[in-house]
Parts: sequence; structure tokens; C-alpha cells
Amino acid sequence: MFEVLGIPSQALFGQLLIGLINGSFYALLSLGLAVIFGMLNIINFTHGAQYMLGAFTAFFLLQYGGLGYWWALILAPVLVGISGIVIERLFLRWLYKLDHLYGLLLTFGLALIIEGTFRNFFGSSGLPYSVPSELTGGRDLGFMFLPNYRAWVVLFSLAVCLTTWFIIERTKLGSYLRAATENPALVRAFGINVPRMITLTYGFGVALAALAGVMAAPIYNVSPQMGANLIIVVFAVVVIGGMGSIMGAIVTGFGLGVIEGLTKVFFPEASNTVIFIIMAIVLLIRPAGLFGRRA
Amino acid sequence: MKRILAAALAALLMGAGAQAQTKVKIGVLSDMSSLYSDIGGAGSVAAAKLAIADFTAGNKDVQVDLVSADHQNKPDVGSSIANQWFDVDNVDLIVDVPNSGVALAVSEIARQKNKVFVVSGAAASDLTGPKCNANTIHWTYDTWMLANGTGKALVKTGGDTWFFLTSDYAFGHALERDTAAAVEASGGKVLGKVRHPLNTNDFSSFLLQAQSSKAKIIGLANAGGDTINSIKQGAEFGITKGGQKFAGLLVFASDVVALGLPTAQGLTLTETWYWDANDGNRAWTKRWQEERSGKFPTMVQAGVYSGVTHYLKAAAALKSVADGKATVAKMKEMPTDDALFGKGTIRADGRKIHDAYLYEVKTPAESKHPGDIYTLRATIPAAEAFRPLKEGSCPLVSG
Repeated sequence: MFEVLGIPSQALFGQLLIGLINGSFYALLSLGLAVIFGMLNIINFTHGAQYMLGAFTAFFLLQYGGLGYWWALILAPVLVGISGIVIERLFLRWLYKLDHLYGLLLTFGLALIIEGTFRNFFGSSGLPYSVPSELTGGRDLGFMFLPNYRAWVVLFSLAVCLTTWFIIERTKLGSYLRAATENPALVRAFGINVPRMITLTYGFGVALAALAGVMAAPIYNVSPQMGANLIIVVFAVVVIGGMGSIMGAIVTGFGLGVIEGLTKVFFPEASNTVIFIIMAIVLLIRPAGLFGRRA
Repeated sequence: MKRILAAALAALLMGAGAQAQTKVKIGVLSDMSSLYSDIGGAGSVAAAKLAIADFTAGNKDVQVDLVSADHQNKPDVGSSIANQWFDVDNVDLIVDVPNSGVALAVSEIARQKNKVFVVSGAAASDLTGPKCNANTIHWTYDTWMLANGTGKALVKTGGDTWFFLTSDYAFGHALERDTAAAVEASGGKVLGKVRHPLNTNDFSSFLLQAQSSKAKIIGLANAGGDTINSIKQGAEFGITKGGQKFAGLLVFASDVVALGLPTAQGLTLTETWYWDANDGNRAWTKRWQEERSGKFPTMVQAGVYSGVTHYLKAAAALKSVADGKATVAKMKEMPTDDALFGKGTIRADGRKIHDAYLYEVKTPAESKHPGDIYTLRATIPAAEAFRPLKEGSCPLVSG
């Protein structure tokens, strides 16, 4: 037992672990954003709303279909991902040749419409959703009580993040994707259907947001503005990691979760701002982000 | 963006316009789109409509118009709507206004323009304390009452050590201060506190700190989504199973419904009105639900009904509401009596006085039908529920 700046080591370890857990949400969400930005060059401001849709879909599946958490974990990303594909086909594909700003404005507008519609029908105070019975309870680690569900969140999201990174950076499919962003005309000349690949990529990015939403449903308040609260932080994470960098998004997501967790012990009042302070410093020193390719 | 909708009610009553002598225009100013919109919002408009319908049914000589708008929780937006309503649209009364920041601003405008302001949604007890005025009545509840009700009662039943999770702005600080005072006055002890930013998503760090303090009661000096997240995650971290108890210092029925009983069970809180408390409330709720199906009214919305009803009684008695100060004086002089809050009075400082109730949230097994969420633990008589008149340092009282 030792102390750091007057904080007992037990509390410190607890907070480190909690930071890691929160970081896994940041990582999952910023991963989706990074995939979409990296492949489509679209700044997807609808991401928060799609995260919220994931959580609401989980609620609907349980309420009206009797399908629990595990089904939701599979079905919600698929359903919300399909809605993302519809959005891409109807709106986004017209914007690829235009400035980033148009994509940002369009997706921001869509987010406002989706969140406003849900608020109108479901109000602002949110809906109940419980931890799945297999994962209730928890274990005493000596330095803190770790709920089983949180342990699941951190392991599962780490697995999803690394798989995604592997697919995009280390497989043939991923190399097509990366090539298609660099030079779509050439890749098309090889007989690859680039527009369809782009559409599916957006669908996948959106599905990641929905997956994070399902995972959040049992522990955060399921309400129409749940994504709006989180999206700004997640954007900061992506900017710090470097726009479009997959590994950057993952590492920064977990790392900032830990830093935020520690701030909550040493100076809780600043815990909401610490990420933005780091963002400002990173932008001053490395404008392309910590893992940005165009440094 | 301002949403104003004229009530069709008034139009219906225009047919009887020949005999209408007293004209009144009421504005419901509320949070229509954000975190407090389930507490007040469209439900407050529905409550005001019911009050007008009930009153004008028996008083054909009063003609009432109703408008409403969204203050977006911004004092500047709320102020400009209030100015516009009072100056241009001839609004005589503004009601509701959840969010103490907006309410304090509107209260000052009502004083300057000599109109009437009946607060149902806002909590800050300053409205009848240092910031009181002769044009404002604070109707439903306030921070002192919440702190006193829940704080005292819990210490009495053995919850004598406290740890606070406090929202880091004026409202949270006030609630924490008032509750700590009530706890210490009844012999309890405050072991610690942590202040978190408004709209925090994850409370696990703060909950761990609360857990390690070993305090018997964790007082939640926050509101809305922050309270919901604290309790939801507290259940996950085994706070209640470990023998510690949450005290919701500002929890509304709509929050409990959002949490669900499996998570919220056992929570102690104070309210001044509960829809399922008696037959009268249930009958009113049924009518209210015609417009708000599937929802349950909060005490704030019930307070809007009660406040508008009493205002209209004063208007009918005076035959004119041109002088806001005179109207408020008349409201203070007349005893209050309505279907929801029963008999009561309004004090010189503008504080409406009625009973408060200490509730405990039911377990899922105890709950018999949707919205059946509270068990009554204690009734705090009107005389003890609110801050004593002399302690508020309201200029209307001392001067």
C-alpha cells in the first residue's frame, strides 16, 4: 500500500481500470468515425445519433420483440447499419467530390432531425434497460468492485477494435479499401465495385456506433440526447489520434479514458474539459494528430 | 426558435364573447426540447389547458388565451421571450419555467413590467429569499424544502453519515449546502463530497469515491440525466447491495419511470404531489393523459394546473389583471383551494405553502400497475415543509 499525491494506491488502481472501461466506449465510437473519415472523407456528425439508435433499437427489440441483450448485440448493428446504407445511397454519395464542410453540415442536420424526432416521441428522461442476467453481479478485486458487465465491455470492445484494425490494415479486403480512397478510378479499372465498397464501409462504421450504443444501454441512460453528449468528446479523441487513423483512434480512445479517469480523482471539476485541453496542446504541437499520416 | 401556439380553447369560447368582460392571456414558458421537457414542457401546457377549461366552464365572464414557448434553458432566450410576451403580445401571466437561471431572470422582468410570474418548475429557494419580489409566486417546491424533507427524514431513520455527489454549478451547490445544514442540524455528519461537471456520462469514478467513504447515505445533489446515470451505475457497482443508500434530492416521477423500478427501488425522495396518491389525482391524471398518453404527470405539471387555477380566481375577483402587483396581492389574500393540492396559502414572500411527502420507490413486486412507483413514508406538514418566513431574508418581509 503506497500513496500517490495523497491518493491511496487502491483508489488509483480502481480509477485506472474505470478509465480503461470508459476508454473502450471512446475507442469504439472514434474507430467508427475514423473508418468513415479515412475511407469516405466524410466527417460523420450523425455518429452520436446512430449510437443512440443502437441503444434504442436494443430497447425496442426487448420491449416489442422479446429479444434480449445478446440478440440486440447482433441485430441492432445490422439494422442501424442498413439505415446508414440508406443514408449513404440517398445523400452522402453526392457529396464525395465536394468540400468536407458539406458532408459535415448534412450529417449534422440529419443528427438534429433524428434526435428531435426521438425526443418528440419518447421524451427526454429516457427509457429503462437492464444489465443482461448472465453479466449481473461482479467480483471484488481487492482494490475495487468490478461489475462483470464492465469487464465484458472492456474485453469485447478491445476485440472489436483490434479485429477492425486487422481487417483494414492487414488483409486484402482492407488493402482494396485503402487503395479505393487513394485512387478510385484505378481500383475500378481492376474490376472492383468501388461505390458498393464505399457504401458498405459507411454501413460498417455506422454499425460500430450502434454496437457501442447497445453496449451502453445497460449502464448509461438511454435517452435521445445520449449521443449528443458524447459525440463532441469522441470528435476530440479522433482529432487527437489523427483524423482517419485507425490505430490512432483506438489507442487515443483508451488512453484518454484513463487520463479522464485520473482527472476525476485529482481534480473532478475539470474532468469534462481535460480532453479538450489535451486536444488544444496536440493541435499546437502536431496539427495532424498523434498518429496522423499527413504530419 | 420560438414556438408559440394559440390555444383553440379560447377560440371556442369566443362564441360567448358578448358576455366576456375579463380578458386574460397566459404564457407557459418551459423547456420544450431538452433535459427538463418531461418534467414541465408540453405536459405543463396540457395542465394549463385543463386549468383554463375547468375554470372557464363555471366562469363564462373570464376569457383566457394561452400561448407557450421554449426557453431552451438559456436565460437570454427566456428573457427575450418574456419581454416580447409582456410588451407586444399582452401576456399577463407567465407560468412554469423549469431551470432556476431562467426563472430568476423572468422574475426580475415580471417585476419591472408589473406582470405576474407563477414559478412551478424552478427549484432555487432564492426566488422567495433574497431575490423575492411582489410579482412572483413560487408554487410547487424549492431547494430548501427538498433538502429539509429528505435530509431530516433520513437522519431520523438512521442515515446519519452522508457523502454528496454534487452537480458543479449554482443549483447543485445550493442543494448540497441546504441538505448538509439539515443533516447536521438533525445530528448527522457529512463525511465528504465530490463535484462533477453538468451532464456527466460516467459516474463510476465518483461512485467508487462514495463507496470508499463508507457513508450510509449518498446524497445526489444533481438533477435529470445526471441523477439517472448516478443511480443506474450505482446499482451496477453494488452500492445499494453493499448497504449504502441513495437519497435523491431532486428526483421527479418521470425520472423514476425512466430508471425502471428494478434500478430505482428503495430510493428515498421528497415530492409535493404524486399522481397515484388519491382518487382526485388519479381522475385528473386520466384527463391529462388524453393529451399525453402513456406518460405520468409530475408535481411541476400539477403545480401549473394549481397555479393557473388560483390566478384565474383572483382575476375573476378583481375583474382586471392590468396591475400585476395588485393581482399577486389578491392571490396572497385569498386562500388557495384546488383539486390537486387541496387547501393552502401564499406567504408574504411569495412562497405557496402546502404539505410535502416523503416517498420511497417501490420494488417491482410491490408495483401493481404502470406508474405505481411510490410508497408514502411520511407527510411533512405544510408548516414545517418550507423555510421559515424570517430565515429567507426576503426584502418584502423584513422591509
